[in-house]
Amino acid sequence: MLQIKNLHASVEGQAILKGINLEIKPGEVHAIMGPNGSGKSTLSSVIAGNEDYEVTDGDIIFERANISELSPDERAHRGIFLSFQYPVEIPGVSVTNFIKTSINQIRIARGQEEMPANEMLKKIKEKAELLEMDRKFLSRSLNEGFSGGEKKRNEIFQMAMLEPKLAILDETDSGLDIDALRVVSNGVNKLRSKDNAVLVITHYQRLLDYIVPDVVHVLMDGRIVKTGDKELAKELEERGYDWIKEELAASV
Amino acid sequence: MELKDKLVSSFLAFEEQVDLENEVHIHRNEAIRFFELNGFPTKKQEAWKYTSLKSVLKEDYSIFPKIQQTVEYKNIKDYCIHEVDTYQIVFVDGIYASHLSSTTHDKFDACLMSSALNNPKYKDIIGKYFNKVAPKESLTSLNTAFCKEGAFIRVPKSVFAEKPVQILHFSTGSESAVMLQPRSLIVVEENAQIQIIERHQSLTSNAVLTNSVTEIFAERNAYVDYYKIQNDAGSSSLIDNTFVEQKDNSTVSVHTFSLGGKLTRNNLNFYQKGEHINSILNGITILEGNQHVDNNTLVHHQQPNCESHQDYKGIFSDRSVGVFNGKVYVDKIAQKTDAFQSNNNILIDDKATINSKPQLEIFADDVKCSHGCTIGQLDEDAMYYLQTRGIPKKEARALLMFAFANEVLTGVKIPEIKTRITKLIALKLGVNLGFDL
Repeated sequence: MLQIKNLHASVEGQAILKGINLEIKPGEVHAIMGPNGSGKSTLSSVIAGNEDYEVTDGDIIFERANISELSPDERAHRGIFLSFQYPVEIPGVSVTNFIKTSINQIRIARGQEEMPANEMLKKIKEKAELLEMDRKFLSRSLNEGFSGGEKKRNEIFQMAMLEPKLAILDETDSGLDIDALRVVSNGVNKLRSKDNAVLVITHYQRLLDYIVPDVVHVLMDGRIVKTGDKELAKELEERGYDWIKEELAASV
Repeated sequence: MELKDKLVSSFLAFEEQVDLENEVHIHRNEAIRFFELNGFPTKKQEAWKYTSLKSVLKEDYSIFPKIQQTVEYKNIKDYCIHEVDTYQIVFVDGIYASHLSSTTHDKFDACLMSSALNNPKYKDIIGKYFNKVAPKESLTSLNTAFCKEGAFIRVPKSVFAEKPVQILHFSTGSESAVMLQPRSLIVVEENAQIQIIERHQSLTSNAVLTNSVTEIFAERNAYVDYYKIQNDAGSSSLIDNTFVEQKDNSTVSVHTFSLGGKLTRNNLNFYQKGEHINSILNGITILEGNQHVDNNTLVHHQQPNCESHQDYKGIFSDRSVGVFNGKVYVDKIAQKTDAFQSNNNILIDDKATINSKPQLEIFADDVKCSHGCTIGQLDEDAMYYLQTRGIPKKEARALLMFAFANEVLTGVKIPEIKTRITKLIALKLGVNLGFDL
């Protein structure tokens, strides 16, 4: 589904990603872990198409097409979704109107008819229940005055509405209490299928107790330095990242 | 010949068309003398620092448009609010179009200025209110000098107008360039209520200059809700002079939606002559190309315990220019005044300009007066966020601009107007917002 080949990216002339290789197949959940400043969020931004980052080398292949030059909206049309670490507040647009616009713009881009209003309402209701969101919440301005937990819940609500092929969860667990973490993880797990994939970017292992990964990668200094299964995440939680650094140093 | 000279010399010809014995003619005579002495305002005057009328005044306007009414309802339908039942006072090239209008004298009067000026029945009302709040100022005087036609609305004591009144001014191509000077008087008596929608619309691409004066009187406990839809053709310019006098416990709100036209100047003045008055001024300006809109407001707090709320928002693209000059005067006696003013702007392009000038003069010492002004660009982070949700750049921009303007629309009391304005904004921004409004 997603193949990243020798990806180099920089921001304001400073190289952040220094040759990432990654392949995610349909149905898989991958986790990317790593210390602060290792390039985790940069990777998610680059896959989503953030124009602040410059791809200096390498390719991003999504469903056999090179998407490196596509704008963020074109990537969304193809089925890529990024759950933000810090969702943006947009006063004056309600959650409902925002999601309607989003769904219909994606459908228009795919050459489909706009979603009928009753179908839209039904879907909104169903997905809001899945995320245990209050109805009043939906008529509030997007993210404005939302708590950290509400913002993340709203991100996963959007994911549930848009049903992406590839969902990237950027530090979705940060700022969540245990109840919210459970609701959000449950939401993500309900959406998993053999046809879609999830890329979880996280600092801590605790989210991975709920969203269990098939593959865990360790990102350090802009490179994936180690890949393993879910046990690797647990090991990182216990031992930190220093032992990997030492391993790397020894292998050079 | 310069427009000023042409106007002054046309006054004699104008006098042949009107009743010189009417007391109103005293006002006209005074006014033409004032205009002759002062002429059109120039950028040298502080209140006109950012708006030059030069390009507008150089046209050779016809001052007395020919009577040629070939306009039918189908020509104007798009510009009427027909989603809601209203009375309509319609003018074509400054002349009343009875076949397009629906006036009333039942519970209240919604009719013509010409009949109010000439009908003895209205003599007292005219004597009491006509030209009483309009200040001595050159453009207002010019209008007074040539005043003859416009809307006359009078809502008697304790009457709630059962449906809104639309005042619609159309101009046609029967003249190459035309100058119009409608004069309206609105008197809302004690405990009465009315909603009014005003629009100026050119039906052709000929140059039009409208110098309109509207006087609004809200007596004790009266309620007036006034909507100005300014979405005219690119060849039309409008100088809108609106003066509001309020008495105790009255509420007047004026909503100005400036989306079209070449040059628009809104002189909107409120005079609070009582206590517990609320004055509300809302504005949305969305411009592109070389459009120019100048919102020049005044709220004069002359008595204690009153409020005023001003909220103007602007979005400026291309080389368009916006001006906001908001004056708030608080007299020494006007203690416990609560005056709020806010002007927020978004500049879309590097060449777009906004001149924002809040001006507060406060002589009382126990008041709450706040003002804020912002000028910025669209939030790049918000743009990116919307794009990651599949909303293309153009639509994302529009959604953000819509969201920005939306706050002012929450004050719109007539749902049909709100829908209409929202659609106009969406159209102006050139997008499908993707949700029902």
